[in-house]
Amino acid sequence: MLTYLIKRIITAFFVLLGVSTMVFLLIHIVPGDPVQAMLGESAQPADLEAMRIALGLHLPLLQQWLEFMNNLLHLDLGESFYSRRDISLLLAEHLGPTAILAVASLLIAICIAVPLGSLAAMNRGSHWDRIAMGFSTLGIAIPNFWMGPLLILIFSIALGWLPVSGSKGLSSLILPAITLGTALAALLSRMVRSSLLEVLTEDYITAARARGMSSARVILRHAMPNAALPVITVLGMQLGGLLAGAVITETIFSWPGIGQLTIESIQRRDYPVVQACVLVISFTYVFVNLLTDLCYGMLDPRVRLEQ
Amino acid sequence: MTVRFSIATTVIILWCLLALLASVLPLDPDRIVLQKILVAPEWQSWLGYDDLGRSIVDRIIIGARTSLLVAVCVVLVSAVTGTLLGMLAGWLGGWCDHLMVVVLDIFMAFPGILLAIAMAGLLGPGIINAVIALTLVGWVGFARLARAQTLGIKQREHITAAHALGTRGWRIGRQHILPLIAAPLIIEATFAVSATVIAEASLSFLGLGVQAPGSSWGSMIREGTRYMLVAPHMVLAPGIAICLVVLSINLLGDRLRDILDVRQTVRG
Repeated sequence: MLTYLIKRIITAFFVLLGVSTMVFLLIHIVPGDPVQAMLGESAQPADLEAMRIALGLHLPLLQQWLEFMNNLLHLDLGESFYSRRDISLLLAEHLGPTAILAVASLLIAICIAVPLGSLAAMNRGSHWDRIAMGFSTLGIAIPNFWMGPLLILIFSIALGWLPVSGSKGLSSLILPAITLGTALAALLSRMVRSSLLEVLTEDYITAARARGMSSARVILRHAMPNAALPVITVLGMQLGGLLAGAVITETIFSWPGIGQLTIESIQRRDYPVVQACVLVISFTYVFVNLLTDLCYGMLDPRVRLEQ
Repeated sequence: MTVRFSIATTVIILWCLLALLASVLPLDPDRIVLQKILVAPEWQSWLGYDDLGRSIVDRIIIGARTSLLVAVCVVLVSAVTGTLLGMLAGWLGGWCDHLMVVVLDIFMAFPGILLAIAMAGLLGPGIINAVIALTLVGWVGFARLARAQTLGIKQREHITAAHALGTRGWRIGRQHILPLIAAPLIIEATFAVSATVIAEASLSFLGLGVQAPGSSWGSMIREGTRYMLVAPHMVLAPGIAICLVVLSINLLGDRLRDILDVRQTVRG
């Protein structure tokens, strides 16, 4: 297990190094002069030069990279060119709302997917199965930038139950969380169904049934824990999609998270903040995947032994 | 299953036909009629008019052209590049393969379309930049699949035999490996088309794709969100178009997966 752990952490380290380098290079794909793009055509040469020095763009590329990495190690992400605030502080302010939204969406996805997937697996080929898989197919096809406005149209405008946007109280969390969680729920319910179907054919399930155990107990006690393993992996992998989806969802609902900050910074051409946002989201994704892998190793002894 | 598949095929054919005939049909997507601003669907215009009094039907058809064009361009370039790089890495092995694995891992560490959003944002708004951004992200899936498939196939006897007979590497790749790995790649490409349709619409929704007065389903939804209270049809029509197309392509992909039976093909 220790070898597996070390191997996995070393891989994650190199991936993070590569991600940081990619993010560093992002500012260099801006067509023409990035400083000119940030300050606009009417900027004075002195201002351009000052900004170039502030961003370190006057240095050779390798030196810029070393500087970027050094600053990153010291958690110094620079200063927002728009608000003049420390980017680390800016990110810290926006991380909370994104985390709340992501956790709420995840909970919604699990609450929908587990019963739906189980129902479909237990009644394979029935109407329940078809309804559940229909929901799943539809859920994957509906993009969140349409789902959001649709929910606003129904629950905020037509029924007046929930606020259109903002971040005041639990009521304003419901619509963004449903918007973000539905696609994941659709995918997960499919995964829960196939995973359960696979487990339900195992000998120990037949043995449990032969001992006269109730169907519910067989599912909850014996099938679910074993079916959960592949689902956890998919969940970890899909969290990335959730974080990327948050960029759009937060924009629709004016949710003050990292996603909204990313889009606002793109619109303001505040490139250092864009870089920092992409970096934070990707780092979170890599860490979550690492944790998922480690959890998987801990939950399933076979994985540990194979390594 | 057959009915569903027939409906899906019809929607895809209709989408392609509308997109291809968009420049021939008598459409006027940019014509502003002030008397028709935010008018709900009516007989003359089935889907109503937008905030500038432009026909939504016409704009949906032009949007179909945008989404098809972007999807075809992105998937074609991504598929060719990704397959070539993946096959090359799998075939050569050694440090070349290790390097490819590292590059793929790095690209895959960027969740979803986040990298495309950042790239499109930094390159500047516009459809060409959106295509570039989506292609830079899109090749990864194909490369990963092509590499894995090539690794599995290159040890087979007929490849060893071809190699022993002195057949050149590129010829082995083209004639002996590519046909065997084509099935999973075609399926991947099908799902990539639907993912690209959503990705392009997402970028346009965020204001990073098609710019005014151009028309994209994503930008139409974006414009519509401002008038949801008085003109919900502005949001509903393009959304239904996206869902129908994506749903149909996904159903086609599922069907293709069943027909081509990937696992059987790979195991041979």
